Amino acid sequence: MRLPLLALLAKEPAHGYELKHALEKTFGSAYPSPNIGQIYVTLGRLEKDGYVRAVDVEQSNRPNKKVYYLTAAGREALENWVDEPTEGPRVRDEFFMKLVLAPLTGIADRMALVNRQRRHYLSLMRDLNELAEQTDPGNRVALLLIEGAMLHLQADLDWLERCQEELP
Amino acid sequence: MTDAPAIKAINLVKIYQSGGVPVPAVRGIDMRVESGEFVAIMGPSGSGKSTLVHMLGGLDVRTSGEIWIDGTRADTLSESGWALLRRQKVGFVFQFFNLVANMTVADNVELPALLGGVSPRQARERREYLLGELGLTERAAAAPAQLSGGEQQRVALARALANQPRLLLADEPTGNLDSRNTKDVLRLLSDVHRKGQTIVLVTHDARVASMADRVVSLLDGQIVDDGALPRTRRRPLGTVGDVVELRG
Ligand SMILES: Nc1ncnc2c1ncn2[C@@H]1O[C@H](COP(=O)(O)OP(=O)(O)OP(=O)(O)O)[C@@H](O)[C@H]1O
Ligand SMILES: [Mg+2]
Repeated sequence: MRLPLLALLAKEPAHGYELKHALEKTFGSAYPSPNIGQIYVTLGRLEKDGYVRAVDVEQSNRPNKKVYYLTAAGREALENWVDEPTEGPRVRDEFFMKLVLAPLTGIADRMALVNRQRRHYLSLMRDLNELAEQTDPGNRVALLLIEGAMLHLQADLDWLERCQEELP
Repeated sequence: MTDAPAIKAINLVKIYQSGGVPVPAVRGIDMRVESGEFVAIMGPSGSGKSTLVHMLGGLDVRTSGEIWIDGTRADTLSESGWALLRRQKVGFVFQFFNLVANMTVADNVELPALLGGVSPRQARERREYLLGELGLTERAAAAPAQLSGGEQQRVALARALANQPRLLLADEPTGNLDSRNTKDVLRLLSDVHRKGQTIVLVTHDARVASMADRVVSLLDGQIVDDGALPRTRRRPLGTVGDVVELRG
């Protein structure tokens, strides 16, 4: 979450709750929304690393709030993040480990493992379908995020089928 | 008779002959589909999915076993007996469309309804509704050859639903669609299903399969899994989001 927060702060200084709301508004319910505690912990770490700094802003009738802004070092970290290529999809898959190893031990047979996993993927897909229906049609970012998850899930299912064909 | 399953298949077998060599495509399938149920059939290429639905629709002759449609024995029917049964009860979407080339899209869709004895006005209204739902209203006057693969596929679905058949059999109805058009098809399918349409549909598309009440998986001509999808423990949306985070 460090770099998304830096990105939001590069746009404008903000306090913790504003950052939480900005994340939720941008990504919709497709993205696990961080709790405010996590956000403040992360901001604290970013501050210690010199990437952000906080100023106390006085408020009438309320306790002061801390507004965070990006430092030059923070901007540089953000630029490096944007510039470097991003990791590809996972190749090490926990289910695949089970599929290869479990039959060796006699704990489970492959057919049962594959069948259970297929049903699980399909029920996740159904959840994503429902999530997409509940998402504001105007929120392109959230919908694309969901569609990305669906396409990954489809690839996992295709791979599962290949495993079922190839492994006795 | 309303309690009879929409489909019952008993030890269904299909062995093709290919250059004198027997090719067992379906090897003893037992299957029951209740009226109003939506069943998805999945499985690798060559596992016998098309062969199975073709037999269920009387488009391929079974080698042995029984097929019952709506409580009536169907595997013993003649070709014309099957044709009549299909006209009355079954809509079929082929993997490779099979539209009538020298008729417009509109006429392709209206034809089954007209053959089924519906008035021309009703046939037209149904056609307008179906093409509208599938985003094809503007293509009504076109000939099939003027359409893209994805458009032809949606016309084939509209045609299969024109007659409001008791049973919809569909072989990869979204195989040529991008994800926007797939969405239209999904919406239509879930709409007709909600109104009681029985659907048996072959698909590789997990989004389509995940809408089904039940998923049947084939491997080498046999059923290896058959069951309802588990309801994921009603979890907070954030957990669905974890999927996005893990995989996105
Ligand atoms: N007319 C035919 N003559 C001989 N063999 C056939 C014929 N039709 C299908 N087969 C064989 O029967 C098996 C099952 O074919 P089928 O078309 O049912 O598979 P499928 O599961 O629909 O595959 P796909 O996902 O590629 O559409 C395959 O081995 C295929 O080669
Ligand atoms: Mg096929």
